[in-house]
Amino acid sequence: MNIPFILFFVCALLAVAGAVMLILAREPIHSALALVLVMMSLAVLYLLLGAEFIAAVQIIVYAGAIMVLFVFVIMLLNAGVEERTDFSKIAKYAGLPLAFFLLLWIGHWLAHAPAGAVIANGGSAPTVAFSTVELSKQLFRPYLFPFEATSILILIAILGAWVLARKEE
Amino acid sequence: MEFISQHPVLVVSLVKIAVLLFIVMTALAYLTWAERKIVAHIQSRWGPYYVGAHGLLQPLADGIKFLFKEDVTPPVSDRLVYVLAPFLALSLALTAIALIPFGPPDVQVLGQSVFIVSNLDIGLLFLFAITSIGVYGVALAGWSSNSKYPLLGGLRSSAQMISYEVSLTISVVGVLLLAGTLNFNGIIKGQEGYWFHFIPRWHVVPQIVGFLCYITAAIAETNRIPFDLPEAETELVAGFHTEYSSFKFAMFFMAEYANMITVSCLATILFFGGWLSPFPDIWRWQLFLPGAGLLALGAYCAWDTVAEMRGIARIQLAVVTLLMLGGGAICLIPPVAAVIQGPFWFTAKVLAFLFFYIWLRGTLPRFRYDQLMSFGWKLLLPVSLANLVITAFVIILPLLRHG
Amino acid sequence: MIVPVSYYLVLSAILFGLGVVAFVFKRNVITIFMSIELMLNAVNLAFVAFARAHNQLDGLVFVFFVIVVAAAEAAVGLAIVITLVRNRESLNVERVNLLKF
Repeated sequence: MNIPFILFFVCALLAVAGAVMLILAREPIHSALALVLVMMSLAVLYLLLGAEFIAAVQIIVYAGAIMVLFVFVIMLLNAGVEERTDFSKIAKYAGLPLAFFLLLWIGHWLAHAPAGAVIANGGSAPTVAFSTVELSKQLFRPYLFPFEATSILILIAILGAWVLARKEE
Repeated sequence: MEFISQHPVLVVSLVKIAVLLFIVMTALAYLTWAERKIVAHIQSRWGPYYVGAHGLLQPLADGIKFLFKEDVTPPVSDRLVYVLAPFLALSLALTAIALIPFGPPDVQVLGQSVFIVSNLDIGLLFLFAITSIGVYGVALAGWSSNSKYPLLGGLRSSAQMISYEVSLTISVVGVLLLAGTLNFNGIIKGQEGYWFHFIPRWHVVPQIVGFLCYITAAIAETNRIPFDLPEAETELVAGFHTEYSSFKFAMFFMAEYANMITVSCLATILFFGGWLSPFPDIWRWQLFLPGAGLLALGAYCAWDTVAEMRGIARIQLAVVTLLMLGGGAICLIPPVAAVIQGPFWFTAKVLAFLFFYIWLRGTLPRFRYDQLMSFGWKLLLPVSLANLVITAFVIILPLLRHG
Repeated sequence: MIVPVSYYLVLSAILFGLGVVAFVFKRNVITIFMSIELMLNAVNLAFVAFARAHNQLDGLVFVFFVIVVAAAEAAVGLAIVITLVRNRESLNVERVNLLKF
């Protein structure tokens, strides 16, 4: 049990706890805060995997901008308490066991299939972090067209959000 | 003892964190004192002068007052979020200070650099990440207080913060293009050297527009005058922290000043050379500057002790005088003087920026909210973008010409 | 001994499954949107894990684009939610049933 393992299990537990709180929370604001918890623990997991730039971008963009947008909308719309929903019988008695068996089967495949072994071991070399300079070179040379296309996508999103949300005169 | 030699990283880091926390808390307390004194002198009055000599024990009195005040909890809509918000604000503000390098990395104890708590390769990006999460403290505080004024103040304040955050990040990218790295030590290393042998190669000279954009966006980001409409007293009672009392209010207060300190530290690192000295290295007399400065301050305190009338204040001033003279004498010893150069210049620059912040507070009127938002989106963002594009062109033009 | 990549993939599968459960069973429109963001995050984790397993940067580039597209989608989606609330006065997704037969 060394530090990476402990950190992984703590963050994995936090992420799953956040996801479960998202489902079980009565108020939407608690669901939003639970999702922020999930995103922060995922950022730490990205750091463990050596992707420092992606961890920083996850916090700045996802947790710091997108979730702030969600929180603003919840506050502005005064989203109230969630009504209790009745699970259908099929979902409770057939769905959950099926999901559990699906998870077991995926785990078995991951551990025993030949391609799975490569992925399962992961090697024992220490993690060398991905370099930000190399990542930016990838973004601006091979992937330049998608990069510029996403900027146009963001422009379209801004225009769409403005048109949809303005008051009808 | 062997625990220390087996785990040098852990032990040295813990000691550094403890010392840094102590220094930052004291600096926060005395920053409030300095603000009240300076704003008072700008307004032709004295400011706190009664509690200690020159009011120097005023922060202590304020701290005791905050601890013993009654903690009134209004009928909030959500207890968890109400209690969480000030903790979030303060812990994020203090975390940001851990990334700042206070001196050169080659001064070391047990193989760990003394003046740098953490040296991340993406230090600057991580600092912006912490600033982004800081918006939650304000928004959640405003919403959970279950009252009109905090809600409006919180929403306005967080909208202002996320608007100016964009200009803040873009105005810094010009510096990144010049430095080539996100690491703070790398950015400071890129500012070594001198033009014409006496003008330091600080980034403020080529990036003056970027610096002006940065400092404007930073003042808006920390909700200070002239951008503090969401928490102005005449407008919205106290904005998002209206319904907080005693210790939780003190936490918001401390978080605001800690943000101010962080932003000033960032400005000195990015634009003013961090811990580098403005004088060329061959001027050896600058080694004795910290010591001489402390001795001069000690002499002033000695004169003040003689001139002071009240007994208790006189004793306090005598203690301060002895500390300053002793510190000055220690700083004149050459090995200590060489080590203390980095932190001395860094502290001097940060103090200059904090004085500038407080000076602005005493002098300028505040923006109206719509003026504030249109300034942020319609003026500051295009100017930062233009600065970025022009900087990029200037850097890449020689490379294009040589093929 | 580093953490094996398959651990990250199992976590990603669990988070994705929880996102699907939240999507199916919740009735507040904004919570449904948040479950979509949860699913996207689980997928991001899988991408980064695979990038580490094969030691290539292309996984990270894709994660970057997924985050950007999620931002654009959240902006437009929340604008739609605001319009919905203006017209239907309720955030319950079962009230949006004019086209249901």
